[in-house]
Amino acid sequence: MMLIPCPHCGPRNETEFAYGGQAHVSHPEDPHALDDAAWARYLFYRENPKGLFAERWVHSAGCRRWFNAVRNTVTYEVQSVEPIGPRPPGGRPAESTTSEGGHA
Amino acid sequence: MAVPPPEHPDFLWRNPEPKSSYDVVIVGGGGHGLTTAYYLAAHHGITNVAVVERGWLAGGNMARNTAIIRSNYLWDESAAIYEQSLKLWEQLPEELDYDFLFSQRGVLNLAHTLGDVRESRRRVEANRLNGVDAEWLSPEEVQDVCPIINTGDDIRYPIMGATYQPRAGIAKHDHVAWALARRCDELGVDLIQNCEVTGFLKDGNRVVGVETTQGRIHAGKVGLAAAGHSSQVAEMAGVRLPIQSHPLQALVSELFEPVHPTVVMSNHVHVYVSQAHKGELVLGAGIDQYVGYGQRGGFHVIEDQMAAAVELFPMFGRAHVLRTWGGVVDTTLDASPIISKTPVDQLYVNCGWGTGGFKGTPASGMTFAHTIAHDEPHPLNVPFSLERFETGFLIDEHGAAGVAH
Ligand SMILES: Cc1cc2nc3c(=O)[nH]c(=O)nc-3n(C[C@H](O)[C@H](O)[C@H](O)COP(=O)(O)OP(=O)(O)OC[C@H]3O[C@@H](n4cnc5c(N)ncnc54)[C@H](O)[C@@H]3O)c2cc1C
Ligand SMILES: [Zn+2]
Repeated sequence: MMLIPCPHCGPRNETEFAYGGQAHVSHPEDPHALDDAAWARYLFYRENPKGLFAERWVHSAGCRRWFNAVRNTVTYEVQSVEPIGPRPPGGRPAESTTSEGGHA
Repeated sequence: MAVPPPEHPDFLWRNPEPKSSYDVVIVGGGGHGLTTAYYLAAHHGITNVAVVERGWLAGGNMARNTAIIRSNYLWDESAAIYEQSLKLWEQLPEELDYDFLFSQRGVLNLAHTLGDVRESRRRVEANRLNGVDAEWLSPEEVQDVCPIINTGDDIRYPIMGATYQPRAGIAKHDHVAWALARRCDELGVDLIQNCEVTGFLKDGNRVVGVETTQGRIHAGKVGLAAAGHSSQVAEMAGVRLPIQSHPLQALVSELFEPVHPTVVMSNHVHVYVSQAHKGELVLGAGIDQYVGYGQRGGFHVIEDQMAAAVELFPMFGRAHVLRTWGGVVDTTLDASPIISKTPVDQLYVNCGWGTGGFKGTPASGMTFAHTIAHDEPHPLNVPFSLERFETGFLIDEHGAAGVAH
């Protein structure tokens, strides 16, 4: 059981939270401009790092607010949390983990 | 008493040094890597093959799973590949000359809500149309198959019926790996343990080898079967995969006399139980919700599954948890695997089996070997391509596979 520090309420048991996957995935500004490959990227492709991961959580059994966290996916340690916002948390740019593979 | 497992010789395969080059290198020495090598060697005559494994053979999910084998999936594409797999399971003990305790004791998939009942009955009809043995059972018939289950209405989610697949069952997963490893070795395949792939050699858009912790190995073709680590490995080759890796846990009790004659699974209350040949109760649950590579999950997941198990099987209330463990499962958004060519030439990927790839091991290897040997998918894995995420032809098996295994 992880102890997750909600930025609004403080540390609470993992069972109070629901997971929201990768943080900072924004809806494409002009969906019509995307081809099928780019749309697939948006819908189905997410970072899956072994190490630090910027991700979303919601404190469903508490303040019910979403927030961003940077968590280590091997040790499960939460390194930092911050309220929802446009900036990737922990100063780690979201792009830095994105490798542009040749998946056409 | 429960049946003791058969005795083994001390060594079942050589532990060779890697050669400088192979026709095919398979990355990952779990069940899928091993069956792929087996089918390449035995059915395609490609024996200059290495399986390179970061740790020890079957140290990943292969010997961590709860060993459930069934083929009662909803969609035509899945029913076809999983049923082929079940047919291969039925012949593999003889083909590999190894009794790995494949036991067709049937599986009950319980229904606890009206929604479950509708989904289950629909799946039974779909299964029958696809030649998969399937029946819908009333609670009384469930009790006939599994007398120790509580079909009363004194529990939170009473049993409203179940689907039953009599040909489903379990096998002893570590012995399956050893059976495959021994035969691969006899056919000339090099099984190389403690050999982690750390990079890829490329010539333009074509893969020509791998960098490993035991040096550079050239390869005509490379097949990835790295399960929970598939996205890390593929990324080193410049290929992104639509995979999220999650912890998945299981546990066993102490040994008991045989009391549980079949396999029981419940998606709704998130538990599945069988009794292994040795006598321990084997229980598993759903994945932990977050991305995780720690090979461990939260204890509350185990508490939940135990609560469900004890409601369904009151007599298990006095059993003890002997051991719990976790694996890293590679999930896709449609709960179906990817067995596919990739955008890189001569590089192939087999992943996304998530929580349910043990049962698929034979067909996975068969179709992946075909894909590698012919540079074209086998008809059974055409639908399981990477492209489906772009074309939208997803194979949504969340009903039959999402929680279950
Ligand atoms: C707790 C649990 C219960 C399960 N229950 C069931 C069940 O009842 N029925 C069912 O059908 N399925 C079940 N599964 C799923 C099933 O175990 C997997 O889908 C299947 O084992 C995956 O294929 P594999 O055997 O090849 O994987 P693995 O055995 O994990 O093999 C992948 C191998 O790749 C290696 N590897 C990774 N990176 C590298 C690298 N860079 N270089 C070299 N090697 C590398 C790993 O070390 C590993 O040995 C369960 C899984 C778990 C964890
Ligand atoms: Zn809160």
